[in-house]
Amino acid sequence: MATAFSAPKLAAQPFNTISPTSQHKPLISPTAASPFLGSTRKLLRLSSSSQLNLRRRSSGSVFAVSDIVKEKKSTSIPSLLITKEEGLELYEDMVLGRAFEDMCAQMYYRGKMFGFVHLYNGQEAISTGFIKLLKQQDSVVSTYRDHVHALSKGVPARAVMSELFGKTTGCCRGQGGSMHMFSSEHNLIGGFAFIGEGIPVATGAAFSSKYRREVLKEADCDHVTLAFFGDGTCNNGQFFECLNMAALWKLPIVFVVENNLWAIGMSHLRATSDPQIYKKGPAFGMPGVHVDGMDVLKVREVAKEAIARARRGEGPTLVECETYRFRGHSLADPDELRDPTEKAHYAARDPITALKKYLIENNLSGEAELKAIDKKIDELLEDAVEFADESPLPPRSQLLENVFADPKGFGIGPDGRYRCEDPKFTEGTAHV
Amino acid sequence: MVLVLRNYKLRNSRLVPSPFPTTLTGCSKPQILRPFSFQLSPMAAIFQGVGAAAALPSSPSYSFDSNKSVFSPRRSFSVRKGASFAVVRSDGTVNLNPKDRRAQLLISNAVATKADSAAASSSSKPGHELLLFEALLEGLEEEMERDPHVCVMGEDVGHYGGSYKVTKGLAKKFGDLRVLDTPIAENSFTGMGIGAAMTGLRPVVEGMNMGFLLLAFNQISNNCGMLHYTSGGQFTIPIVIRGPGGVGRQLGAEHSQRLESYFQSIPGIQMVACSTPYNAKGLMKAAIRSENPVILFEHVLLYNLKERIPDEDYICNLEEAEMVRPGEHVTILTYSRMRYHVMQAAKTLVNKGYDPEVIDIRSLKPFDLFTIGNSVKKTHRVLIVEECMRTGGIGASLTAAITENFNDYLDAPIMCLSSQDVPTPYAGTLEEVTVVQPAQIVTAVEQLCQ
Repeated sequence: MATAFSAPKLAAQPFNTISPTSQHKPLISPTAASPFLGSTRKLLRLSSSSQLNLRRRSSGSVFAVSDIVKEKKSTSIPSLLITKEEGLELYEDMVLGRAFEDMCAQMYYRGKMFGFVHLYNGQEAISTGFIKLLKQQDSVVSTYRDHVHALSKGVPARAVMSELFGKTTGCCRGQGGSMHMFSSEHNLIGGFAFIGEGIPVATGAAFSSKYRREVLKEADCDHVTLAFFGDGTCNNGQFFECLNMAALWKLPIVFVVENNLWAIGMSHLRATSDPQIYKKGPAFGMPGVHVDGMDVLKVREVAKEAIARARRGEGPTLVECETYRFRGHSLADPDELRDPTEKAHYAARDPITALKKYLIENNLSGEAELKAIDKKIDELLEDAVEFADESPLPPRSQLLENVFADPKGFGIGPDGRYRCEDPKFTEGTAHV
Repeated sequence: MVLVLRNYKLRNSRLVPSPFPTTLTGCSKPQILRPFSFQLSPMAAIFQGVGAAAALPSSPSYSFDSNKSVFSPRRSFSVRKGASFAVVRSDGTVNLNPKDRRAQLLISNAVATKADSAAASSSSKPGHELLLFEALLEGLEEEMERDPHVCVMGEDVGHYGGSYKVTKGLAKKFGDLRVLDTPIAENSFTGMGIGAAMTGLRPVVEGMNMGFLLLAFNQISNNCGMLHYTSGGQFTIPIVIRGPGGVGRQLGAEHSQRLESYFQSIPGIQMVACSTPYNAKGLMKAAIRSENPVILFEHVLLYNLKERIPDEDYICNLEEAEMVRPGEHVTILTYSRMRYHVMQAAKTLVNKGYDPEVIDIRSLKPFDLFTIGNSVKKTHRVLIVEECMRTGGIGASLTAAITENFNDYLDAPIMCLSSQDVPTPYAGTLEEVTVVQPAQIVTAVEQLCQ
């Protein structure tokens, strides 16, 4: 079934070879003195149609998405990938993500939030490109770099900011923090601190969806789950175990790899025997797709097809989005290892700037309108910070709530009553 | 004292003569234990008042009319030959493979319940007889019929029927998706169960051997235990994680692990250990119905215990301990397989004139400090017999909890008999001495009661 090697140009390159037609990274031996640069390769042109059709390929094939966005300026509308409304929606979402993360950095340095805070600057195209295609009932599972996934999924900026400040009005009542964003209303199932541990949970959510359709006979249940994780996670056992199970049972899930080339200070090339992550999909019997993660329109095209595939019940897809984080791994990371040239290269490919350019060049919008959106987001964030500032801190009585869904789980005390009935419990002063 | 009886009456129907005595194959001659009638008479008056009180939501469904004379239990006792220990329910030999001679020597003289009941026709009594694994299967099946969201996941649970037959026949009945055969990926399928639980299903995840769940520790600790809290209460995780653990018959070190000591620190989970067919079915059902994540510990050697259990629907409260044998001199706290070693030692102790009170704590986390406390207040001496390691085991936590709460009532320091802190050896002779044997229990009680 897997025809991973059917496209010879995309077959594995021997180490140290730079193939002009390959759209993979130049595989440089880690011992070479040359600095690692960003992707300078040419984009591989596939079919002439701008729409990518995953269905036509056998489920095991590997291919790359590239150059979907026409380079030529075109005044004819039908060839555009998005409508004006969609374009503005995408723009607003990405600006929200960027501005929010910048505000987080500010607040952190002002001492309003603590601990580990991981910012998403530069990767907005992936979050927006994928999550804006989902319905409310679809689930998203993320990692510790989850603020923007939460925002894209629809969690109000106020709730996320309060959570970061540790206030009781946060989406998790202040009990989760930066790395544990959850929202049952918006089906955001975390927020996980250890890498890889969210992927099985995402597989479980996809399993639920399939179960509902086939066992509970909820015929219209076609909920899809998106699992976001990074390049470092792709060397973790849970990743492979879940690729296997998802493909085995054809679960409605899309595995989205946000390959930003660095796992804190570990370069992806130094950690991975075969850095081409998307090739690992066909090994398990699902398509593996590589896409330029700095371009929201390309990501969106791939996402459309992968999500549609999952909805149809054809099973999972592995999408590797090549992207970059403009800031360090977290706000505590001095970010000294990465080459400034590499950073400059990707900074020039800022997804927001790219989309803005696209919108203006294709007459979908004008500067004024986009600036208005910027302003709107700024105001939204000011309001969010104000809200978070004014929100109360969790009272002590909150300590023992939510440990158990059924507080009888605290057991029976020496007096014969359930301990949760002890008044000290509701005050939070009881010792469990 | 009152409260102890109330405990029996309402939550633990064992005090009133069970119409369902445990019968075990290979029982030896019954012994007459000291009648406990003296406990009942002063309590008669109080009994009636207390009886009507707090009906805990998860009491067994067959309750007792508090207006009935308290003495009726005594009467029915005298009717039975050589029986005054109707409360002693599930003690006796393990129904081992008849080929397993050596094992029989080890626990051959376990205390048996009435021998006549073995001979008595089982059809005349209500309820039905089955083995422990069948009781688990029955509980699971009933819950799956009751709620279509209940599903099973694990290795070889489907077509194979479970390596200990606990899920036998379920895949045929409910389909491959509801009884899911997973690949060998404990961490991931446990995580999958957790994700499914968060999105509305009620999975029962089986570890083929509890030891394998060490691989799932990440998911159990981080996600199972903590997600309800870190999500601010937005997601519940009504998952049941179950499997056989404990020291078996020369299974080697890695298949003989006691994971309850490793899991006990995880906040947000409950742990229970079953020891009889009755409480196995009851705990399985209660665990599935609970909104909390529950880890149900079974024991490899107890799957073939036979007992007569009620026909009607019942559950066992997850947070409660079980009074196995009331007594006066010493409280022996135990769980799982060690219960049977304790009961065997109890036989010897009774012959020597002691009157041990045996409590199967059942709930490993949280401890039922009420039942335990009442017992301590009565006997003032505590012996803990467990299969966990000495270091950081359930016994260690229990010792701390009792000392903290009931120090004033103790006449002697708490004694804790645990397994040796060694990886379980393969050799039978060595394996024998890693776990607590009845002779040690007898010695310990004698020492404690000096």
